[in-house]
Amino acid sequence: MENRILEIFMESFPNILLPGLTVTIPLTAVSFIFALIIATVTALVQFADIRILKQIARFYIWVIRGTPLLVQLFVVFYGLPNVGILIDPLPAAVLVFSINEGAYCAETIRAALESVPKGQMEAGLCVGMSWLQTVRRIILPQALRTAFPTLSNSLIAMVKDTSLAANITVTEMFMTTQRIVARTYEPLILYIEVGLIYLIFCTVLTKLQSVGEKRLGYYGRKVR
Amino acid sequence: MLSVKGLCKSFEGTEVLKGIDINVDKGDVIAVLGPSGSGKTTLLRCMNFLEEADSGSMVFDGKEYSFANVSKKEIGELRKKTGFVFQNYNLFANKTALQNVTEGLMIARKIPKAEAERIGRQALLKVGMSDRCDYYPSQLSGGQQQRVAIARAMASEPEIIYFDEPTSALDPELTGEVLAVMKSLADEGMTMIVVTHEMEFAKNVSNKVIFMENGVVVESGSSRDIFESPKEERTREFLRMTDF
Ligand SMILES: Nc1ncnc2c1ncn2[C@@H]1O[C@H](COP(=O)(O)OP(=O)(O)OP(=O)(O)O)[C@@H](O)[C@H]1O
Ligand SMILES: [Mg+2]
Repeated sequence: MENRILEIFMESFPNILLPGLTVTIPLTAVSFIFALIIATVTALVQFADIRILKQIARFYIWVIRGTPLLVQLFVVFYGLPNVGILIDPLPAAVLVFSINEGAYCAETIRAALESVPKGQMEAGLCVGMSWLQTVRRIILPQALRTAFPTLSNSLIAMVKDTSLAANITVTEMFMTTQRIVARTYEPLILYIEVGLIYLIFCTVLTKLQSVGEKRLGYYGRKVR
Repeated sequence: MLSVKGLCKSFEGTEVLKGIDINVDKGDVIAVLGPSGSGKTTLLRCMNFLEEADSGSMVFDGKEYSFANVSKKEIGELRKKTGFVFQNYNLFANKTALQNVTEGLMIARKIPKAEAERIGRQALLKVGMSDRCDYYPSQLSGGQQQRVAIARAMASEPEIIYFDEPTSALDPELTGEVLAVMKSLADEGMTMIVVTHEMEFAKNVSNKVIFMENGVVVESGSSRDIFESPKEERTREFLRMTDF
């Protein structure tokens, strides 16, 4: 009995890890990069106080944060074909995760932008730089540094959220595990196993976060 | 070189500046004195368009600008000809001392990096900060930060530098080093408008004094006249209060 469980564990480990490396991680990485781009733009138009764009940004954040991620996945993958828009599972997942995460990260970055003292912008203007130049060279770098821990948090959350992509037929780690369970009838050990692999991924990211925080430094202030 | 006419500014219905007139000649060092809340900071901020004034106009280098409708481009042009030193320094926190000075040269004025750094090092040398080029603001004392801020303001060779209480955030020991830098700038002929509570500076370094109260210029004139024979009772009272 024990032997069989150990055997299933060992045998399935590479089979679960592989889609983790080839699907879960790339899906997370690509989606997160898009999310950061969306978030930065969304935060900046609010920071710049551009009337109409700001309203669009608020509407976007309102809708995305107010609806479940799973519902968003279903709307895009199962719903849009009704109006003739067919998207493959993986691109659909990237699309939804980017847009979803973008809304949350936008709020993080907006808060960070607003936390930069007003005098930094005024000093930039007074040395002759334009608003945009000052944002790009002075405000945004400081804001992203402030936002870094929170953004890392979002990234870690996203790794786990990608398991929802199983619902739109993306064969990532979780779906692969479900298939092995269907074959072996060992849900306990297998679901613990996939959980462990997520834990390993997130542990690596946590380590990277603290390395990143040290590397970014605090403008000469010692961080311990 | 620079004159301001009829500058008015209100905040939410409260009139803070009630028609300010100022004349600045090249090489003037003008001390702006006045009790707290009289509108000194607001005046400087309006002159550099950090606050939007309601009415009035400004002539700079023979060109007239109306405060109420000045274009972004004109504001940009004017700011490139001026420097501003803040009470709380406002050094760029993510830039070293040298980068703080070179930023405006490279980004706003498109001066090549090597040249900008040469100018930057020279400016830092002038304010006695050449041994701290690679320090971040958080690694510098208040007096050192303010000296870097002065280097930043003067590096672009502006026609005028505005100072808003450059020493009031500093301990008395650090005040001296900043005032010394400002004095040497004045000696070199830099045109300066200095809002200050440093009476010694107003009396001995500046050549003109403007005394403000409640958003109006109560009295202005040469430093000697203001300190030795002030005409207005309010000026006399203010000077008496500050022991001068
Ligand atoms: N952003 C603002 N919003 C509303 N009121 C303001 C604002 N800035 C300044 N004021 C008001 O304008 C008046 C003048 O302020 P200002 O800062 O120019 O005075 P000051 O002469 O520089 O005083 P101090 O010597 O204390 O620095 C004050 O009554 C102040 O409350
Ligand atoms: Mg003030």
